[in-house]
Amino acid sequence: MMQNWILRKKNIWMLIGGILIVLAFVSHYGFTNTQLSHVLMMIASVLGAVPIAIQAYQALKVKVVSIDVLVTIAVTGAFIIQAYEESAIVTFLFLFGAYLEQRTLNRTRSAIRELTEMAPERALKQLDSGEFEEVDVDEVDVGDVLLVKTGAKVPVDGTVLSGEGHINEASITGESVPVSKWKDTQVFAGTILENGTLQIVANRVGEDTTFGKIIELVEEAQDSKSEAERFIDRFSKYYTPAVLVLGFIVWLISRDVELAITILVLGCPGALVIGVPVSNVAGIGNGARHGVLLKGSEVIQDFSKVDSIVFDKTGTLTLGNPKVADTKFYTDEVDQVLAYTTSVENESDHPLAKAVVEHIGAERFLPVERTNVVKGGGIVASVDEHIIVVGNQALMDQENIPLSDGVREDIETFQNKGNSLVLISVDGSIRALMGIRDQIRPGVPDVLQRLKKLRVKNLIVLSGDHQGTVDRVAREIGLTEAHGHLLPADKSAYIKQLQDRGQIVAFVGDGVNDSPSLALADIGIAMGNGTDVAIETSDVVLMNSDISRLPHALGLTKATARNMRQNIMIAVGVVLFLLGSVFFSEWMNMSIGMLVHEASILLVILNGMRLLRYR
Amino acid sequence: MQKATIQLETLTCPSCVQKIDSAVKSLKGVEKESVKVSFNSSKVKLDFDENQLTAEAVVKAITALGYDVKKTQVKPV
Repeated sequence: MMQNWILRKKNIWMLIGGILIVLAFVSHYGFTNTQLSHVLMMIASVLGAVPIAIQAYQALKVKVVSIDVLVTIAVTGAFIIQAYEESAIVTFLFLFGAYLEQRTLNRTRSAIRELTEMAPERALKQLDSGEFEEVDVDEVDVGDVLLVKTGAKVPVDGTVLSGEGHINEASITGESVPVSKWKDTQVFAGTILENGTLQIVANRVGEDTTFGKIIELVEEAQDSKSEAERFIDRFSKYYTPAVLVLGFIVWLISRDVELAITILVLGCPGALVIGVPVSNVAGIGNGARHGVLLKGSEVIQDFSKVDSIVFDKTGTLTLGNPKVADTKFYTDEVDQVLAYTTSVENESDHPLAKAVVEHIGAERFLPVERTNVVKGGGIVASVDEHIIVVGNQALMDQENIPLSDGVREDIETFQNKGNSLVLISVDGSIRALMGIRDQIRPGVPDVLQRLKKLRVKNLIVLSGDHQGTVDRVAREIGLTEAHGHLLPADKSAYIKQLQDRGQIVAFVGDGVNDSPSLALADIGIAMGNGTDVAIETSDVVLMNSDISRLPHALGLTKATARNMRQNIMIAVGVVLFLLGSVFFSEWMNMSIGMLVHEASILLVILNGMRLLRYR
Repeated sequence: MQKATIQLETLTCPSCVQKIDSAVKSLKGVEKESVKVSFNSSKVKLDFDENQLTAEAVVKAITALGYDVKKTQVKPV
């Protein structure tokens, strides 16, 4: 326990050591009192060396030759050959470096910590007596009834039993517009009740909640390791003992203690082991803040190299909410035709029918009789003793309704614009034609432009829609390719084809029935709105289905991958520089070695921290 | 078999990870394959046999290395 007490006060020892070193220099150079200076340096060395030695001892106990072991031996050696100045400075720099590392590392990890700190901690749980008591969220089980008051966090995923209110679901969807909740609606852990009071029953608790899964995903991601990092880890396990052996061999051959201990200090692995994890945590943290979940450093590497992005179906790029875009009438009695049409279409749930009803916007509907819904065609019904047929061309043919040349021409123009068609006939003759199409999501053309600037060569949409519709979308927003009439299986086959041509493919989908493609693509990007499937099957999740985050995600992974390469170069460069100068220069010694070593660690951390500000 | 998740004070050196990893793996009753020490989230996750070991003993082994434990959660697997 004494040991832990000393370690906890490490920073104080460091501070005293630093002051003593300054005093020693003052007495040496200011008052030329070398005697006093030596004594001060000795005390500073011991103060600094004790916590390091304790750490070394603890490491050796579990059979790990850690960096503390190297430093302890080096400092002891320096002490024995009476190089007190060096031993004092090395211990001070080592402790001071560790202190700065801790401070800066905390900064790089702050983005993810902010996220995990949003986790609910307390809950108001109903007791057998019917009263509510505040408990730790860990004590809530599935089936418990909980009370959520205004301003409180929803503690679990659950269903509303009673009450009404508005909830801010930004923590899981990234969307901060409050969502209204009433009886039988779902609420999610980590979201905030902005007004109202709810009683809910717990369906999923703790790590099983959507929020819990997001946190776990991000936590695992920040510590996930790429192949290269695992190699560095294995390497560093043998590296430190190897440095120890090297130092010993150098001493055996040269009998030069100073050279041997200098090698021990210079050989400390530092920037190399910490550089990549630091970039990783900062990059993933930045993503988490901006609604982009990246699942680990392997994903970052792969995503940064993507040259083809495939969008699943037009709904990803369009609102998935078709609207009437073009109309043409072949009669003067427009109002009457519209009244018949909306009354008939109101009988159907078909998306096209809904679009028509919405477009006409009538408040009252005429009574409809003998409604006959023709699958894949439309509706035949009678209104006011008139026979009304509303549907596609096939239905008109089936009902023997003639199409004039003018109508046929219009049909072609409408189709070329990417419309789905609704023809309306009254008593056997065509009275109106409506073209319905999906609307492009606002901002999509801009998103695609930015992706092109990030050197994505191919932007492709794969869709089950009509080729005409798909082509129109492609032209309007600037895709490079568009393929319609595809089944889910065709989509994954197409991705395979691209990969066989050597392209690195990212697939953007909603994760519902496109998991094969999400899994097959080099990078699966889910437009998740907090659904588990999307979170689990993909490599990258865009929260709240917000496609405008895609360029940020790609740019961020490129920046992060670049940052990792920079850090590896800094680390390797520093090691080569140190080793070179110890053998080929006169001025290199233990203290300078330790300074460079600590400086390189701080440099890679600060470099990683830049990623937090990436926009 | 039980699963323990141990939240540590912030880890700052990758070699801490190695130390904790070896220390925890050396305990009798710990499922060696399951031990995972995460550097950035400063967490230790492991499966252990409750007949041979308690979570408290694992916490003690980690504290003996000089790392403070903030929170421990144990769940049956």
